[in-house]
Amino acid sequence: MGDVIVRRGMCPAVFSFGRAEIQEKEKGNQGMNIFEILGPVMVGPSSSHTAGAVRIGSMTRKILGEAPVQAEILLHGSFGATGSGHGTDRALLAGLLGMEPDDSRIPDSRAEAGKAGLSYRFVTGNLRDAHPNTALLTVRGADGRSVRVQASSLGGGRIMVNQIDGIRVDFTGEKPTLIIQNEDKPGVLAAITYTLSAQDVNIATLQLYRDGKGGSAFIIAETDSDLGEEVLCELREKKGVLKVIRISSEEER
Amino acid sequence: MAFESLEQICRLCREENKNFYQVVMEDDEKEREVSEENSRRKMHHMWQAMVQAAKDYDPALKSASGLSGCDGGRASVYYQTGKSLCGEFIGEVVTTAIQMAESNACMRRIVAAPTAGSCGVLPAVLIPCQKRFALEDERIEEALYVAAGIGQVIASRAFIAGATGGCQAEIGSASAMAAGALVYLQGGDEEQICDACAMALKALMGLVCDPVAGLVEVPCVKRNVIGAVGAMTAADQALAGIHSFIPADQVIDAMREVGEKMDASLRETGLGGLAATAKGQEVR
Repeated sequence: MGDVIVRRGMCPAVFSFGRAEIQEKEKGNQGMNIFEILGPVMVGPSSSHTAGAVRIGSMTRKILGEAPVQAEILLHGSFGATGSGHGTDRALLAGLLGMEPDDSRIPDSRAEAGKAGLSYRFVTGNLRDAHPNTALLTVRGADGRSVRVQASSLGGGRIMVNQIDGIRVDFTGEKPTLIIQNEDKPGVLAAITYTLSAQDVNIATLQLYRDGKGGSAFIIAETDSDLGEEVLCELREKKGVLKVIRISSEEER
Repeated sequence: MAFESLEQICRLCREENKNFYQVVMEDDEKEREVSEENSRRKMHHMWQAMVQAAKDYDPALKSASGLSGCDGGRASVYYQTGKSLCGEFIGEVVTTAIQMAESNACMRRIVAAPTAGSCGVLPAVLIPCQKRFALEDERIEEALYVAAGIGQVIASRAFIAGATGGCQAEIGSASAMAAGALVYLQGGDEEQICDACAMALKALMGLVCDPVAGLVEVPCVKRNVIGAVGAMTAADQALAGIHSFIPADQVIDAMREVGEKMDASLRETGLGGLAATAKGQEVR
């Protein structure tokens, strides 16, 4: 097992932003593989304002777990200031429609949203202590599920999810990621790590977040291998587990 | 393990009697735990995407801001008249650079190399070279490994984003990567690859990132041209046996130092340089 980061309570946003920056620097430019230098194949004009924005949209769709039918998207900082010239709005919508950064339909995503029955609204606003390239997406799916995701585009098309439903989380989705919403009570984490170990899944990083003692909590586990459907079913049956979301690693091209 | 110096790559070339591209490719196989076939297939995909992006250029397109578009068509018509100063071959380099950078501004599909803003440089030198010297795709793809290895070292020792190091880090890096790739294509050795890389980077050192209205358009599109043409001249100098007095790794370190000293207004904020001119301020 790799790093374990335990975060108690709602963290002051200042601290959380600092952390996002540190992660960016840690990963920074060092150890970029050659296809992070040469690539990605993407629709222009900007890896941070376009490719990263598509990824934020598609990550939000994955977290919702179904096709969204309604979206309110708040653009913060540089996303709000230079977003329209960079196609950030169209990129976020494209992601919500399930497109990836190299999809040539991205410029026409407004029309595609109409066809897919997705109604949307953009607002610009100021989020407290957020990274300059940040969006807050409030989305609702066809069966009434809804989720609010705040995420930042860090450059080079890489992103960081900062909040889910107001609870601070920090993950990139670059590795296979397991997002578990659970009741904050003893034994939940143990049951989950036991299930993963029984399936021979190695946990690379593990983070715990909650809004308060005994309240709503998230467990974010990055794993070295993708998880099968049967593991997810098993995890969903564990006591105290409310929701299990799997983000698969990006497919090899 | 990503390479942290060009010297490290050159040492491996000498010790193991390997080509620059082989050292980079084998490291990719280790780094991403993939086979040679898998790595080559991925590089082939990148090259195909570059070629396709060049084919897909539409001279009628304008960007959302109206700042870019149509110049790729103008360049193409002009260079075909045979009256240009630079001649047909460099004319094709210039045309390809403008067209690719305009496609990027117009939300077309491109390959970031190393960034979206500098996506025109590598294809602008590789596509005309492939045609002129009748090169196989495989050889161009090997040259792309050379370019990627150089980019990896620059990213590791300095930066490749305008927001952190100015335009020298984007167009400068792309130019250095392209120069190394060209030397490989013309049969130069690893020392000549490093010389070309150093000369291309030195030529653009200090270049600031000052995009009008913060958009990847003015002056980014035309800076792709100078990145590509600079790569050509740097490669030719290295192939002629001209050395860079300052070794490539130290040039990269100097580029980092210069970038760190750059005022924030000159690092992709759209607040200084051309962005701050009266004309630049008209665009909002």
